[in-house]
Amino acid sequence: MARQAYPLPRDLHPAAWWAWALGLAVAASRTTNPWLLLTIVAVAGYVVVARRSDAPWALSFRLYLWLGALIVITRVVFRIVFGGAEGSTVLFTLPEIPLPEVAAGIRLLGAVSAESVLAGLYDGLRLATMVVCLGAANALANPKRLLRSMPSALYEVGAAVVVALSFFPQLSESLVRVRRARRLRGDVGKGVRAPRSLVIPVLEDALDRSLQLAASMDSRGYGRAGGLDRRTRATTGTLLVAGLVGMCVGVYATLDTLTPRYLAAPMLVVGLVLAGTGFVIAGRRVQRTRYRPDHWHAAEVAVAACGLAVASVLVAVGEGASAATLVPAVVSATWPPLTWAPLLGVLIGTLPAWVSPPPRPTHVSADADRMPAGAIA
Amino acid sequence: MIELSQVSFWYDGASDATLCDVDLSIGEGELVVVTGRTGAGKSTLLGALNGLVPHFTGGHLEGTVHIDGAVTSANPPRELAHLVGVVGQDPLAGFVTDVVEDELAYGMEQLGLEPQAMRRRVEETLDLLGIADLRRRSLRTLSGGQQQRVAIGSVLTMHPPVLVLDEPTSALDPTAAEDVLATLSRLVTDLGTTVVLAEHRLERVVPFADRMFFVDGRGSVNDGAPADVLANSPVAPPLIELGRYAGWDPLPLSVRDARRHAVGLRGRLSTAPRPVARARATGEPLLRASDVVVRYGTAVAVRKVDLEVHPGSVVALMGRNGSGKSSLLWALQGSGPRHGGEVSVDKKDPKSLSRGAARTLIGLVPQTASDLLYLESVAAECAAADAEAWAPVGTCRALLEELAPDVADGRHPRDLSEGQKLSLVLAIQLTAGPRVLLLDEPTRGLDYAAKTALAGIIGALRQQRRAVVVATHDVELVAAVADDAVVMSDGEVVANGAARDVLGGSPAFAPQTAKVLGPDWLTVDQVRQALS
Repeated sequence: MARQAYPLPRDLHPAAWWAWALGLAVAASRTTNPWLLLTIVAVAGYVVVARRSDAPWALSFRLYLWLGALIVITRVVFRIVFGGAEGSTVLFTLPEIPLPEVAAGIRLLGAVSAESVLAGLYDGLRLATMVVCLGAANALANPKRLLRSMPSALYEVGAAVVVALSFFPQLSESLVRVRRARRLRGDVGKGVRAPRSLVIPVLEDALDRSLQLAASMDSRGYGRAGGLDRRTRATTGTLLVAGLVGMCVGVYATLDTLTPRYLAAPMLVVGLVLAGTGFVIAGRRVQRTRYRPDHWHAAEVAVAACGLAVASVLVAVGEGASAATLVPAVVSATWPPLTWAPLLGVLIGTLPAWVSPPPRPTHVSADADRMPAGAIA
Repeated sequence: MIELSQVSFWYDGASDATLCDVDLSIGEGELVVVTGRTGAGKSTLLGALNGLVPHFTGGHLEGTVHIDGAVTSANPPRELAHLVGVVGQDPLAGFVTDVVEDELAYGMEQLGLEPQAMRRRVEETLDLLGIADLRRRSLRTLSGGQQQRVAIGSVLTMHPPVLVLDEPTSALDPTAAEDVLATLSRLVTDLGTTVVLAEHRLERVVPFADRMFFVDGRGSVNDGAPADVLANSPVAPPLIELGRYAGWDPLPLSVRDARRHAVGLRGRLSTAPRPVARARATGEPLLRASDVVVRYGTAVAVRKVDLEVHPGSVVALMGRNGSGKSSLLWALQGSGPRHGGEVSVDKKDPKSLSRGAARTLIGLVPQTASDLLYLESVAAECAAADAEAWAPVGTCRALLEELAPDVADGRHPRDLSEGQKLSLVLAIQLTAGPRVLLLDEPTRGLDYAAKTALAGIIGALRQQRRAVVVATHDVELVAAVADDAVVMSDGEVVANGAARDVLGGSPAFAPQTAKVLGPDWLTVDQVRQALS
């Protein structure tokens, strides 16, 4: 079989993109080094630009960048307002506002040191980078498609989440529409009655739409019992709920060291087994099928592995001897250090821009099957 | 295929039955049009066909509805999904996924079809409806007509023998509506699908109908051939009215039939005085707009549009969905964005005034008029409107009394019919006493009687020397009320002139009377006047 020169355009399995982005986010959570954090943002941005489609949700990445900037600014402003005097390099001094005895320990304004501003900046940057990573996943893979690839036993829950997800854009849409319409009734946008005059039409609209959607889903067969009898449904339901409760208790006990140990691993295992059985029984009986399910190929493995690699390199460096390079000191204002190992680790994250196939265009042009003129010449 | 026997239905708490002892039978491959006034029970009848009534709506149903052997009382709608495909009024509200292809597959996934079969049916349906190039598009970015066709496709993939549609063309421009109806008639003739559809605007649907149900609002359903039902129905398109006036028998259902009958009538009209076009107003226009630009990002919604409206004149704004009509109206009123050009009403720019002052100059009734209503009773809305406009107490109520005398003070605005809601919003906007009134798609959801009432209101506003601009798809309304017509396309004005010149000559915009009698005659009223 002849090797293909390049991968055919196709949409990657959404889970692969989410694994990659979560890997970057985990890496970001491990460091406050601004060089590394900015590199992670750059890596995420580069891959998004290289591999996003032209669907509306792919354009949301810019919003996440703005949100990140807002987070950094808020963080720094908070540092300045609430006592920014740790450290010796005082940048400037604002008039301090004296507070009553009750609020002892809180300082408003006053001297602002470079160190505390830096600490705020690093901290904000870390959170912002994690948000940008999630934004990248959102732009590359429609979260609704991710929900569609859930195990078939969870289909109904997934559908409910999908509907809830589309509810919010609709709500903001009708809010904009109603607010615009309210202006037509004159300057009633102020005063006590204003929120009420907005909320009531918006909620009515939302309720109407939900009812219409429910009617539409019902008449298109959502929740058909098929041949499933009541008892099997009850059994699988009980198994699933018991399993999930068991898993929750187990996870809590594992993380919280004060809980008795016999609640930790055993509970987790029992929960997993129960839920697994429920999944299998439910999945076997499910009458539903899936249209063009996403498959897991080599490119997906590679993309997910890149995310995992980034995360593990940073975790390993953090556990190792040179952990200090990940968390630069802010006791005195110095340039944060940068070493090769974590930097190269983060750069692994750019590989998906080459190893993944380009996305399929959403606009199918009418003459797509006509050969371009250049191909003949 | 469908059998209703002795069906009666009451909504919870209602004293009168919405449907009363209805016996109907619909055969395979029939196209049935359900008609009747707003609120008469058309949607209830449609809902009963797949069990949404009473399983989803509540209420009490007596009698039995059989669909292909299955009884709706024993099966909830989801178990009938493979038998009856239902398309609601607002296609966007019924979409579950967000890409065309997934939406088409959704129903089949619920039925548990084999992936191979699903793939094949999706392709077939894309071709059948002519939407193959939209397959990967996001549903929200489609135009109204495209959305409606995707909604039809999304139930067709389940291969249901029965298709039920609630007002499939009410929000569409004339061309898109023709497309949807052509698709439906193709399903009936090629696949033998049984189609039941409810519609207010009968003028386009009637030629396709095999039978017609007239729901009279008192519970009974009149079943018959379209010509027989329409002969004594109070709801009738202009073609039927013309036929009734001229005494043609059988009544013509299509323009073609009518033209054959009309030879004699055309002869009589050739000697009759032509309807006089009212002299185009000259002098100082009340509303003057020049070079208006509205942009959304890189998309230009309105591209350098000029418009002049004189006092006492009615201008109709037409054009396909998304051609920039609404954006232009909002920009003229001053509440919407305007990125260039000038607007003056009475030499003042509404954008530079406060919102309260602007609405005393120029008022707008938006497409979803109910967005303006937020109180619990008609009386409270009227009182609030008086306060907002600094008008004497009772002004709004008095206006409403003129527009719609039958609206009680204590009613909740939400429970009013579409026509009554529109009257209430009109009254609220007129309370401020604007010299110019802009109406955006006011005929949506109105039946013929409510539309006649609206035409009367617009006529009265003209008498008061106010100026009215109506954006609408409804050519019959334009023919009845407009002096001038402006056609927009892609944000630009492509035609601007006397309504008779713009409408009469155009195949898409000509009203039925003009199609039958020639471009001079736009309405049946004109014919009546000329011959009396």
